[in-house]
Amino acid sequence: MLKILKAGFYTTIQDAGRFDYRNKGVPVSGVMDEISVFKINSLLENEESAAVLEITMTGPTLIFEKETYIALGGAKMSATLNNLPIQNYKVYTIEKGDILSFGKLEKGFRSYLAVKGGFTSEEVLGSRSFYQPITKYNRLTDNDAVSFSVQQDFQPKISEIKVDSFLNESVLEVNKAPEFDILTDKQLEEIFSRTFTVAHENNRMAYQLSETIQPHTVSMLTSATIPGTVQLTPAGKLIVLMKDGQTTGGYPRAVQLTDKAICILAQKKGGDSVSFKLV
Amino acid sequence: MNSPKINIKPFGAHSVLIEWPNEVSEIILEKILHFERFLTKEVFTDKAWELVPSYNSLLIINRTKQLDFQKLSSDIHKWYIQLKESPKPDRYLWRLPVSYDLEFGLDLEEVANQLHKTKEEIIAMHTGATYTVFGIGFLPGFMYLGGIDKELELPRKATPRPKVIKGAVGIAGKQAGIYPQESPGGWNIIGNCAVPIFDATKENPCFVSVGDKIEFYRISKAEHDLRKIEAEVGIYKPEKIKIDA
Repeated sequence: MLKILKAGFYTTIQDAGRFDYRNKGVPVSGVMDEISVFKINSLLENEESAAVLEITMTGPTLIFEKETYIALGGAKMSATLNNLPIQNYKVYTIEKGDILSFGKLEKGFRSYLAVKGGFTSEEVLGSRSFYQPITKYNRLTDNDAVSFSVQQDFQPKISEIKVDSFLNESVLEVNKAPEFDILTDKQLEEIFSRTFTVAHENNRMAYQLSETIQPHTVSMLTSATIPGTVQLTPAGKLIVLMKDGQTTGGYPRAVQLTDKAICILAQKKGGDSVSFKLV
Repeated sequence: MNSPKINIKPFGAHSVLIEWPNEVSEIILEKILHFERFLTKEVFTDKAWELVPSYNSLLIINRTKQLDFQKLSSDIHKWYIQLKESPKPDRYLWRLPVSYDLEFGLDLEEVANQLHKTKEEIIAMHTGATYTVFGIGFLPGFMYLGGIDKELELPRKATPRPKVIKGAVGIAGKQAGIYPQESPGGWNIIGNCAVPIFDATKENPCFVSVGDKIEFYRISKAEHDLRKIEAEVGIYKPEKIKIDA
């Protein structure tokens, strides 16, 4: 078991996502920053879909009640193991009773903790990803415990990787989304020439951007949306749907973030700047 | 029979959207569901594919591969033109019990006033229609129901409620629906449905599918409470009637 001594701001269990229920209105959920998680699961030679902890803004304090191996990735949060600083993208051996804690947020917004074999918490509809009310809880709280199976004598093929971090990147590459062609020249110009500020209304469901562009009166029938869809509201606000985003919507879908752009945005917090680039 | 025209649009690297004419029509919905069945059975059989129908569109997603839009688009046109008549799958009419008690029907009096009707007339209109499920989205199990009585159409509330309870039965514009879970909501709430529409503990968490029909019938508050208990312990089964194709 991994015991949560202090939960931090918003710590959840996430895996690759909950698929095949979108036609029943169930968001896919899953890790917000797939690139960082792919790397730490690879280091531990885990399945790609192995469940990890997603740690947002302020990290938790955790005690391991069994031995295992871990790797951290994503945001830099001044992590320490038994009070000694540790780094991202490196495998560490964990003994029973070891304490992992996080300090100041240095860069990025979401940090990830993977254990060898992945966390083995309850699966609901084929996924361990938290999403209330599909799962009982929306996040971990103090004194919760998360299970994993003991792993001994793991000899990682690679124990550390240098990562070409995208935490400093702010250009979001996008493709066309279904209503791209009805955008006005002015809206297109605004979307692709301006710098946008991430609003404080940002979470796993959606990131709102503060600036408004030219409003519109387009009305459309409800149609499917996916993570990374950028919706344009009648008032001219851009809303980027993220992993817990609704599966259908009634606002024009202007552009669609690439997989990498979703990861870049997932590492932004309120007040950060982003811009769009059509590829 | 001539098939309604389709338009295929790119939607990022992993999906394409097929669109039918921009109207709420059962004929179009049938065509979409017919094409969806063909694609699911014959073409997109790999687990990486997911299809999401809604009103006049069908989204095709491949969660692992980058799609070649030009190729896929021309294939879809070809498959659509060659689409053959096939037996319709089983479709159901679900009859759902609703209590219109004022404890639940928070906006029932206001709706009646706005439409210059009595509460009884509003309830009769709401229970008198057969609704079609045109889409499921917004929340797990939230159905977009078409087929509302024209005289029951009214705008959504000017200010959404921060909290609408699970089971709340709402109307807004040309749509009717049920909030499957507690949520913020801007629809006019006229009653409460005792049957849970979404249950994550079941293998099929939502008994309703797009294309199904829904009818509401009136029950008392006391009966609502009983049904709710039955549903919680798992002995209540929603009433369904097979629709002849």
